[in-house]
Amino acid sequence: VAVKLVIGIVRPEKANDVLEALYRAEVRGLSMSRVQGHGGELDRVETYRGTTVKVGLAEKVRFEIAVSDPFVEPTIDALREGARTGEVGDGKIFVVPLERAVRIRTGETDVGAVTPVGE
Amino acid sequence: VIELPILAAAAKVDTGDTAWMLVATALVLLMTPALGLFYAGLVRSKNTLNTFMMCVAAIAVAAVTWALIGYSLAFDGDAPLIGGLDHVGLHDVTFEPREGTTIPHLVFMVFQATFCIITVALVSGAVVERMRFGAFLVFAALWSVLVYAVLAHWAFGGGWLIEGGTLDFAGGVPVEMASGFSALAAALVVGARKDYGRQALLPHNGIYVLIGAGLLWFGWFGFNGGSGFSTGNASVLAFTNTLLTPACSLLMWFALDLIRGRKVTAIGAATAIIVGCVLITPAGGFIAPGWAMLLGAVGALPCYAVIVLRPRTRVDETLDVLAAHGIAGLTGILFIGFFAQLAWNDVADGLLYGNAAQLGDQVLAALAAPAYAFGVTYLLLRVIGAVMPLRASERDETLGMDVVQHGEEAYSTGEGAILVTPEAGVEAEVPVKPI
Repeated sequence: VAVKLVIGIVRPEKANDVLEALYRAEVRGLSMSRVQGHGGELDRVETYRGTTVKVGLAEKVRFEIAVSDPFVEPTIDALREGARTGEVGDGKIFVVPLERAVRIRTGETDVGAVTPVGE
Repeated sequence: VIELPILAAAAKVDTGDTAWMLVATALVLLMTPALGLFYAGLVRSKNTLNTFMMCVAAIAVAAVTWALIGYSLAFDGDAPLIGGLDHVGLHDVTFEPREGTTIPHLVFMVFQATFCIITVALVSGAVVERMRFGAFLVFAALWSVLVYAVLAHWAFGGGWLIEGGTLDFAGGVPVEMASGFSALAAALVVGARKDYGRQALLPHNGIYVLIGAGLLWFGWFGFNGGSGFSTGNASVLAFTNTLLTPACSLLMWFALDLIRGRKVTAIGAATAIIVGCVLITPAGGFIAPGWAMLLGAVGALPCYAVIVLRPRTRVDETLDVLAAHGIAGLTGILFIGFFAQLAWNDVADGLLYGNAAQLGDQVLAALAAPAYAFGVTYLLLRVIGAVMPLRASERDETLGMDVVQHGEEAYSTGEGAILVTPEAGVEAEVPVKPI
């Protein structure tokens, strides 16, 4: 069974909903980070004293989830379910193949490495 | 010999009293930006500026309404329910002392103005993170007149409470109970934040909260210490108690935190400082220092209980103005009824010293002020809500009030920001040369 990396870039305010949806889909191993990005949404105009700026980059949260093949679809579904508002700026999901995955503690590789302990 | 009226007036002004009251006024004004800092630290980072701006707005709006009409309704004459209109637009408020004081009438007026300002700012704590800024401006203007000025008249300006014998040294009625119970009404009318009860809504900067509380405590020495309008015994007593009561509230809060969660919390400590300052506000000039310390410790209990229990309800009274101000103010008002001491205050004894009637007068205030504040605020917001939306849309609430209401961020990095208009005085295009 192959291992894939699912990358989901979502609205920060939807991050909690995504976590909830992933939990319900039994996807338990993930990391998340704050990123800034631009995906076609309208620029925000801000003014500080005499300075007016267009802010082209929006705050996003990036999920990185390494899963075995059978979990790819449920992960994508959970990301979409949790992150979607219907407005421009909901984000993207990328799926990329993983050459190797290693669990540092045990040295397990690939499917073993991405299967959460206790399953 | 022609006696110049200006000299006769000047003779009645005490320079020492006036000097202290000028300083005390500035101290009380500082409390409002301090409250802004305290509140801003307690909200999420996307609402920092908006939360602080509600306090800034209170200064702008309430200072003007106070000068135009509020001061007159609060302090002109001694009709039981509301003052007169003789001081509208500060008419006849001059350098001559206000009757019964040794400070210029203008100083008395501006000192009282800072009380109105902080009280309006306090109420905002109930509705932060979702109330529209414009709607808050309208609310602030009307509330400062319809609720604050009326209750200030009742308790300070010659209205039925003060004439009936209720003791309120520095504002248990118009400031603390008024803001606390109005906050409850405001939270009910405006409604809960959309994420309330569903997500963890945590304070984003504990240091702001602690600095804000510290500055509030500092300013409170002017608030309580100035409420004797002189450098006399009552002011000195209130000033001293303003250190002792909050210190005891802090210790009690530490103990309660330890019992409840086995750890003493910093946000809890900041809250305890406010609670202690509020507890001593009505009682400051009326009770002995020893009783003030007891008040700090015992008075913290009901406030702590409300702070713990309120988040388990559906009432999103966001920054717990009811607990920290309403309940603490009510406790302080009642405490006077038991522990007031003629030997210390030269005014009246409480129940413990043989004057049970004083407790009756205090209970009256503890019933009337919350009822009036809650009722009028509730109706006022209903009326404003019928004319304009009170709260931001769900989408705007999600984005955060800073960007939506003010077009700014508290913590902007400048990353991804494209200059639209160059700052005045700076060359439009500075050639960038690689080194």
